[in-house]
Amino acid sequence: MQHESEIRTPLILGNKSYHQISEDIARPIEGKSTKLWYILLTISAILFLWGIACLSYTIGVGIGVWGSNNGVAWAWDITNFVWWIGIGHAGTLISAVLLLFRQKWRMGINRSAEAMTIFAVMCAAIFVTLHTGRPWLDYWLFPLPNQFGSLWINFNSPLVWDVFAVSTYFSVSLVFWYTGLIPDFAMIRDRAVKPTFKKIYSILSFGWGGGARHWSRFEEVSLVLAGLSTPLVFSVHSIVSMDFATSVVPGWHTTIFPPYFVAGAIFSGFAMVLTLLLIMRKVYRLENYITIKHVEYMNIVIIVTGSIVGVAYLTELFISWYSGVEYEQYAFLNRATGPYWWAYAAMMTCNVISPQLFWFKKLRTSLTFTFIMSIIVNIGMWFERFVIIVPTLCRTYLPSSWNMYHPTFVDIGIFSGTIGMFFTFFLLFTRYFPVIAQAELKSIMKSSGQEHKDKRAH
Amino acid sequence: MATKKYWKGLEELKNSPEFVKNANNEFAEQVSVEAFLGDNNLAVNTGTDRRDFLKFLGFSLVAASLAACETPVNTAIPYVVKPEEITPGVANWYASTYFDGRDYASILVKTREGRPIKISGNPISKVTNGATNARIQASVLSLYDSSRLQGPTINGKADTWSNVDKEIAQKLAAITNKAGSIRILSSTVISPSTKSVIADFTAKYPSTKHITYDAISYAGITNANAKVFGQAIIPSYKFENAQVIVSIGADFLVNWIENFSMPYAKNRKVSKDKKEMSKHYQFESNLSLSGANADERIPVKVSEHGKVAVNLYNEIARLAGIQSIPSTKLPCDAIIKKVASDLYNNKGKSLVVCGSNDTNLQLIIIEINTLLGSYGKTIDMETPNYLNQSNDKEFADLTSEMEAGKIDAIITYNTNPVYTAPGSLKFAEAYNKVPLRISFADRADETAALANYICPDHHYLESWNDFNPKKAHYSLSQPTIRPLFSAVDSGTRQAQETLLKWSGSSVAYYAYIQKIWADKVYPMQGKYMVFSEFWNNSLHDGAIEVGNGLEALPSNTKDKSQQPIVEIKEEKKLPEQINLKEIANKINSLNSSEIELALYEKVGMGNGIQANNPWLQELPDPISKITWDNYVTMSPVEMKQRGYKLMERQDREASVVSITVNGTSIELPVIPQPGQALGTIGIAVGYGREKAGKLSLQTGTIIGKNAFPFISMLDGTFNYSAFDVKIENTNKTTEIAGTQVHHTLMAREIVKETTLEKYLKDPKSGNKDEMLITHAGPKKAATIDLWDEHEKLGHKWGMTIDLNSCIGCGSCVIACGAENNVAVVGKDQVMKTREMQWIRIDRYYSSDMNKDIASEVGEGAIDMYLDMENPSTANPKVVFQPMMCQHCSHAPCETVCPVLATNHSSDGLNHMTYNRCVGTRYCANNCPYKVRRFNWFNYNENKDFTFNPSQDDLGRMVLNPDVVVRSRGVMEKCSMCVQRIQKGKLDAKTAERKLVDGDINTACAEACPANAILFGDVNDPSSEISLLRKREENERNYFILEELGVKPSVSYLTKVRNCDETIEEGKSNKKNSETIEA
Repeated sequence: MQHESEIRTPLILGNKSYHQISEDIARPIEGKSTKLWYILLTISAILFLWGIACLSYTIGVGIGVWGSNNGVAWAWDITNFVWWIGIGHAGTLISAVLLLFRQKWRMGINRSAEAMTIFAVMCAAIFVTLHTGRPWLDYWLFPLPNQFGSLWINFNSPLVWDVFAVSTYFSVSLVFWYTGLIPDFAMIRDRAVKPTFKKIYSILSFGWGGGARHWSRFEEVSLVLAGLSTPLVFSVHSIVSMDFATSVVPGWHTTIFPPYFVAGAIFSGFAMVLTLLLIMRKVYRLENYITIKHVEYMNIVIIVTGSIVGVAYLTELFISWYSGVEYEQYAFLNRATGPYWWAYAAMMTCNVISPQLFWFKKLRTSLTFTFIMSIIVNIGMWFERFVIIVPTLCRTYLPSSWNMYHPTFVDIGIFSGTIGMFFTFFLLFTRYFPVIAQAELKSIMKSSGQEHKDKRAH
Repeated sequence: MATKKYWKGLEELKNSPEFVKNANNEFAEQVSVEAFLGDNNLAVNTGTDRRDFLKFLGFSLVAASLAACETPVNTAIPYVVKPEEITPGVANWYASTYFDGRDYASILVKTREGRPIKISGNPISKVTNGATNARIQASVLSLYDSSRLQGPTINGKADTWSNVDKEIAQKLAAITNKAGSIRILSSTVISPSTKSVIADFTAKYPSTKHITYDAISYAGITNANAKVFGQAIIPSYKFENAQVIVSIGADFLVNWIENFSMPYAKNRKVSKDKKEMSKHYQFESNLSLSGANADERIPVKVSEHGKVAVNLYNEIARLAGIQSIPSTKLPCDAIIKKVASDLYNNKGKSLVVCGSNDTNLQLIIIEINTLLGSYGKTIDMETPNYLNQSNDKEFADLTSEMEAGKIDAIITYNTNPVYTAPGSLKFAEAYNKVPLRISFADRADETAALANYICPDHHYLESWNDFNPKKAHYSLSQPTIRPLFSAVDSGTRQAQETLLKWSGSSVAYYAYIQKIWADKVYPMQGKYMVFSEFWNNSLHDGAIEVGNGLEALPSNTKDKSQQPIVEIKEEKKLPEQINLKEIANKINSLNSSEIELALYEKVGMGNGIQANNPWLQELPDPISKITWDNYVTMSPVEMKQRGYKLMERQDREASVVSITVNGTSIELPVIPQPGQALGTIGIAVGYGREKAGKLSLQTGTIIGKNAFPFISMLDGTFNYSAFDVKIENTNKTTEIAGTQVHHTLMAREIVKETTLEKYLKDPKSGNKDEMLITHAGPKKAATIDLWDEHEKLGHKWGMTIDLNSCIGCGSCVIACGAENNVAVVGKDQVMKTREMQWIRIDRYYSSDMNKDIASEVGEGAIDMYLDMENPSTANPKVVFQPMMCQHCSHAPCETVCPVLATNHSSDGLNHMTYNRCVGTRYCANNCPYKVRRFNWFNYNENKDFTFNPSQDDLGRMVLNPDVVVRSRGVMEKCSMCVQRIQKGKLDAKTAERKLVDGDINTACAEACPANAILFGDVNDPSSEISLLRKREENERNYFILEELGVKPSVSYLTKVRNCDETIEEGKSNKKNSETIEA
């Protein structure tokens, strides 16, 4: 049982009983969907379908339908990939790192954050697999024994490291998420009255019995997976950053990238968690579980990581100047003052300046402001990846090859398609999956004698 | 003898009667069919059960679906009887000649399995010395042009030769009977046999007159020479002998009279052993290729070209102590003075040329050259050049005669006057008034489309012909393929044979040429005793030089066609008395106008004869780097004043303006051209061909606009400039497909350059070593390495490119494309920076800003770099830098490919394995030189790219079978012609010898008319490239971006300009602009 100091605001408000929690969590699954849910699902699904159409067009005709070109060979594809992967990081951080640090407040949000991770990595995977010229040969990137002779993959290539990093990350995250879901599925199963419903959830819950042995194993697996996931939080984006850092391209070839990418990833991930949760708590009336406290904590994480990112930006500028290398210096000068200065300005404003507003308590506890900020931060982080990729490639060593990049409707279509896919999956998740880890949550209720304490206080 | 008995089995030992019976009956009778069928039990047991049914069903389904799969139709048929000379996989080379009435080159044609696939220069020729240009290189694709006519047509409908011949012979006879006039209108004919054929035709139809008309005429020079020397000729200019070259508006490198790039470049090379180079001044209004290569370029308005010549004459006359002629003051008089003294100090080693077609102006030039003693030294009057014999006046007269209905028949050969004639002549209307119009055009072009009869000629690669480009120089062309369109009574036919047929002769043109050569050419030489030997050797070599030339001089005398062709003696008229004063007054009276137009030819398109050739359309213009279009070039200063889009910062959007000259107007985009003389604009001719062929249909638009109608007549010659020009903004914009959209070097040491003066003091000047700071002090970048050296095994291929020689003409780009099956991607893709060319020529303009100036005027880094982005508007220095895969020894592309699709070969090449490529494009990002090209689409099948030759059944025949055609989604790049390297190695191996230097050459190096590219084995200490690199090691040799440690295999030699310090100029420019602003 959780022992909390009296002066601390409880993590769950509203004096919930165990049953009430079960009721609250199961309500969206057992009840009827709201109109709002249908509207959102329709919009997301349309976007998703449009994305599928654009993807099919790309696969059918060639990636020439994008705006990428010989100078800017990567553009929105890799921008979106890094963006989505970054967003995924918050989920793992919340569930694994905060678990290890015994931050109990994470329990209100970890389930949906992890779901977000899974869906975000799926979106990222779309870009990383389909950005190749011949995606049907992508399996050549895996070290598969083959009949092509002694052909093997190039372990020097950061793209190969990416393959390992992302696939490991996805599978571990998925297992971790699902493990946590098992007791909750069992709860739904136990409450279910309709036979098919019961059947489905009994399959999903893997025959969970709720016995002490089950709980013991559950706790052990959770801890082991948390241990496994924790390094992944740092490794995945470090490795993604090495796609850039190990190259010779001025503006990419910087050792600061790994920490800076990880901080940026957590930054954008928390912003995305906030975007999702602020909607969800309203729609599913989960205000008692996802409280202002949660929002404030996350906003603090955003200030910290946002500041780290800001320092990284400035460090980059300083180091490029300090290096004395013409190309390095120009690469950064070009980001800020070149033809894509507006992207750099957007990045700086959204990522460095605006999060500093959270120093004001009033602002960081305001839900509306937080919601707007969460979106601004993600716009800023998208621009950060865009700034790293496109303006850098636009102007590399030989000025004769400098050129511009313009996205096509397909680029935009696929990106909005992944957003559609992400929300479609997330909406389905909120409808059919327990959105809060109720089993864990029940462990932090201030139940023992709480009522008596309350009475005495009056 | 032992009587042992061996038995095969116990049965035999026992030898029972049953066994004996069976042993004799080896094939035992089985159950009889009747018995078998009669066995009801059996029938029941063998009934098809469910499982069998399913098996059969499955089998037949699989069999049916397999059978339904389409077997690829294989149209390659092996030889039943193999021709002796063709071995599949082995190329045959034929010497031949290219002449289209404009460009001449003695060439070698590479054929594979009977298909010509590649053109290269023939080094035996004393006229071209193996030089070609982009248009000649690309002409092999024009052979496989499916827009060519496949047989004769009568009034636009396909017909048979017999009908055509019959009808035409009747009509011609009728005209002759009533003493009507017949005209043969052709571009310059340099073929002695063709002239003889025309003479035969004239003999049969005596009212025939042959008129020579070239779209780009040099009649001004011929007329001037006729006046001064009494010889209506163009002399041979010897740029290789000239120490000081002054050109007034002549873009002589590729586009003037002949291709002078090779002799020019010869005298531009400098080294330890050759410390001199020519000094080249260029006065011009458009920034031309020659102007870009000049040491000093002086932008001058078109109307002032004549005045420059007059003032130059006066300055030289002053030095020579001769009376001066009337002159006007010019802003550039100070420079003219310097030019004059430079010229005069190099008397006999200097040359002044002028691009104007004005006879008066050319007269002044002749006088200048006479004062300079150029004749006999840098101008060879003894070896006239026959390549341009246009008689503009006769053409204009012909047009008016046609207009007046005085002409009864006109035969056009190798000319397209409806498209190229000056607008004021209204040639098309006049042409339609001629009752009988016959064309030999290979397609229904602008003129032929209006003709009654089109009698399509063979392509030159299918023809026999002979050529006499210069006095005493002869060459032959021979068929390298059977005519592509040859059907019974249809197909194409050699124009000469057609003419012979109409003159009543049925002799084959081949035999005809032989006869002419036996009669006329053979006696002129003294080398061969037997004609057949002479003929075979001439044919083998392609080009020959004969004694001191007793052959014909083309002259503009009226009745030359009636004279025997070869025996004409030079007809010397008495030189006229030239009144220089009068001429000078006339020149000085020309007032300049607000906007003056100078027409020019692009290196790719020339006069537009090959407008249907997608290779040439996609060849970036050397100066503007723009493909698939012509446009108006204008000084950025004036564009700003007029509010046109300046296309800064890689912007591709241009304003569209409407240009009106003499009532004709066209709409064209306007692009900023640094160095364009203020108050002038330039437009390239050769575009806007409406009937060039399918290309305009395939690309969805007519490419560019036709500027030929802007030509006017001036004193009986064509004037390629216009002074009454109106420009109006249409307020429309369009996108321009340039392959290079940033134009300055941004103070980066990518192109290293110095001046001759500095070079002579310090051969390493301008080529500062890149130093890296280490704990042990600064070290040369090349000495620091993270990686292990490659083992020095066998060969290591490398290239050295002399930036001093490269003139930027782009021949290498076309040669590379032809050799390596590089896809044509079209305007839209070029606009998206997706051109495929493996070699490109980077062109940089100098900027008014550099770091020294910035620190001097106290400008911050941001403003400094912004200023650097803009080229000097007034008169930038231009550098060209060929750029292809540098085959880095420690290639950054190789380490990042996840699937090892690009890797290093043991002989130092950076290989690209298309099959393995997944298309992550990481290599392209990581290439510091940005030379990798990605197949964004399947250019060979995607229907948006039907103009790509490999999508056309005929066009596909041009593909080099040694090089794979790349498909969608793979990366490609320069392979250093690995197929040629492989062939060289295999040939040496077969011959059981060592590979020697010179066995292998890349397509680009071979095509370079300036010999700027040297390819070879750098591991072989005695190879030319090793010797060159050794010689230049501490002088001009450098590697681009050496400090990255990628160890490129391609090195460059510092560019040396024979001019004064550039930085000083930049400084003064900057200061000037500051004072103006203040």
